Amino acid sequence: MRITVAKAKRSGLVLVAVLAALAALVWWLNVRGEAPIAAQRSGGAVDAAAIARGAYLARAGNCMGCHTARGGAEYAGGRGIETPFGVVYAPNLTPDPETGLGAWTEAEFWRALHHGRSRDGRLLYPAFPYPSYTKVTREDSAALHAFLQSLPPVHQPNRPHELRFPYNLQASLAVWRALFFRAQAFQPDPGQTAEWNRGSYLVQGLGHCVACHSSRNWLGATNGDDELGGGLIPMQHWYAPSLTAGHEAGVGDWSTEEIGALLATGFSPRGTAMGPMAEVVYRSTQYLSAQDVRAMAVYLKALPQASVEKELVEPAPADLMRLGAKVYEDRCAACHGDRGEGVAKAYPPLAGNGAATMESPNNLIKAVLHGGFPPATQGNPRPFGMPPFKQVLSDGEVAAVATYVRQSWGNQAAAVSALDVHRAR
Amino acid sequence: MTANQHRPFHKPRAHGARLFLAAVLGALWSGPAAPQGAGGQAPDTMAQRMQACTVCHGKEGRATNEGYFPRIAGKPAGYLYNQLLNFREGRRHNATMAYLVEHLSDDYLREIAQHFSTLDLPYPPAQTIGAARLQLQLGAALVQRGDPGRGIPACVACHGQKMTGVEPAMPGLVGLPRDYVIGQLGAWRTGQRRAAEPDCMASIAKRLSPQDVSAVAAWLSSQTPPADSKPARQAKLPLPLECGSGLQ
Repeated sequence: MRITVAKAKRSGLVLVAVLAALAALVWWLNVRGEAPIAAQRSGGAVDAAAIARGAYLARAGNCMGCHTARGGAEYAGGRGIETPFGVVYAPNLTPDPETGLGAWTEAEFWRALHHGRSRDGRLLYPAFPYPSYTKVTREDSAALHAFLQSLPPVHQPNRPHELRFPYNLQASLAVWRALFFRAQAFQPDPGQTAEWNRGSYLVQGLGHCVACHSSRNWLGATNGDDELGGGLIPMQHWYAPSLTAGHEAGVGDWSTEEIGALLATGFSPRGTAMGPMAEVVYRSTQYLSAQDVRAMAVYLKALPQASVEKELVEPAPADLMRLGAKVYEDRCAACHGDRGEGVAKAYPPLAGNGAATMESPNNLIKAVLHGGFPPATQGNPRPFGMPPFKQVLSDGEVAAVATYVRQSWGNQAAAVSALDVHRAR
Repeated sequence: MTANQHRPFHKPRAHGARLFLAAVLGALWSGPAAPQGAGGQAPDTMAQRMQACTVCHGKEGRATNEGYFPRIAGKPAGYLYNQLLNFREGRRHNATMAYLVEHLSDDYLREIAQHFSTLDLPYPPAQTIGAARLQLQLGAALVQRGDPGRGIPACVACHGQKMTGVEPAMPGLVGLPRDYVIGQLGAWRTGQRRAAEPDCMASIAKRLSPQDVSAVAAWLSSQTPPADSKPARQAKLPLPLECGSGLQ
């Protein structure tokens, strides 16, 4: 008996020691590499050139996309980002001293971007994509800070996040960061051109392309082994296609001009930006310089392309194809052509269009249901629109026409079911 | 709200362009537009660009007065532009409309509004037939005289003597579907629909009882719009309330 008690005591002590060691490890993993915040460069004179460069970089990072509520003051925050763990509300970035970043020094701003830690020392949720922004250079961070501090201050208190237990705890976030985040500087590849490296910096850093174009694990961390390999965007049901697979949005066989056109104008002969990508083009990439767009195109084009075994696709039932053909003829052919060939500068082709034939049919279904316009950009200021058909087509009809598109004119992709459509509505 | 939304409207394009537009519209009347074949070109027109609107609002934005969707053809350009902005900026709520206009620029929205405002198409016959006499009387009274005791101005004071709207930004209301009018007045009352401050329509809608709303909607949807259904050129000033939407 005595021995058992002693044993239990001992194992209890061991357990406590292990937990303490784990906690210490998590703590260490969360603070490693962080230099103490010295009061440096704070509020100092910043020149107009830094502010202008910061404004440009804020476009490259699409800060406004999250930090501006619909119809709200620019950069004053308030937009809710829905995640599988609850809603994260983007905070006020204007220099209001009480509710915004007015009191933040350049060093504190850098720490948020690079280490994901707020001014008061709290850990930030990675809905703020610091796993990408960590690669932004100190110089660019300072320019962004200078720009944000130059904005008109807006007094707008931040809305507290609405996250479920246990995701609402700092301790959970510390564990998440210990597992999935490490602050790191961008490492240029000396074996590549300066242009490729510039593209790499933009795509991996401010562009935070990986935030959508990568799968996520059950804790919401992006898959490091399969960066830019495509992923379903949480909560939105849009599928951000793989940039490393030619049959999705891999651009290995596009010309750099075609890639650049998509980023700069939202429209290219090979495909059109829609859904969340339309927002990226509208708010961010259309404002980038021709050199930067080209650098991103060069980098994306050179991404290693995964080889994919083409699986044999089971042909859809004849009656489904017949219904699909009829809906296509009535609703789609006038613009997309009898053979899915599209019309230059107006309507994208559907024959051979990766967006239509990806394994996930979500984007095709979304396009049929919601229609939409490509973004109005300087390069394509008056886009041609597509009607939303959700009011007039049943789930079965949408499934049929999507199936018809996926199995006609050489397209080979699996049939779409009414249930797929119902889920995407 | 954006800085350049106060910019005045451009005059409609030259008459030649309008004639051409009319010709294209005529060609489109019998079915969807036909940008033909491989290597073909889409007609470089606003009508072709606005095919996105036709499924709900009818060809050329005409709609019918039977469903829920409002007619947009011939509404004052300022009104249409304000609504497009309101959808984009979250002052009006309709998921379909918000999605369509989300990534369109102020300039393009202005051009879209201008396009639909220039369409001059006949109205369908009145929708509501045989509404109760007392209800129609109440509706007519509110539209033509308002109810000064409750601070309700006459609709005609802002929307024009013929209720076909007033340039540049007051919409015509005759010929709208009954359900749409009820839905909109309800949305004004609950704050679901808003306009630029001072939000005159919100103040008025909050003074209307549910019976008033039904009566006004019944009366409006039982009128046959006049042959000349164009918006009036100018409002009789001063307006009964201060209104932000005229300037929006």
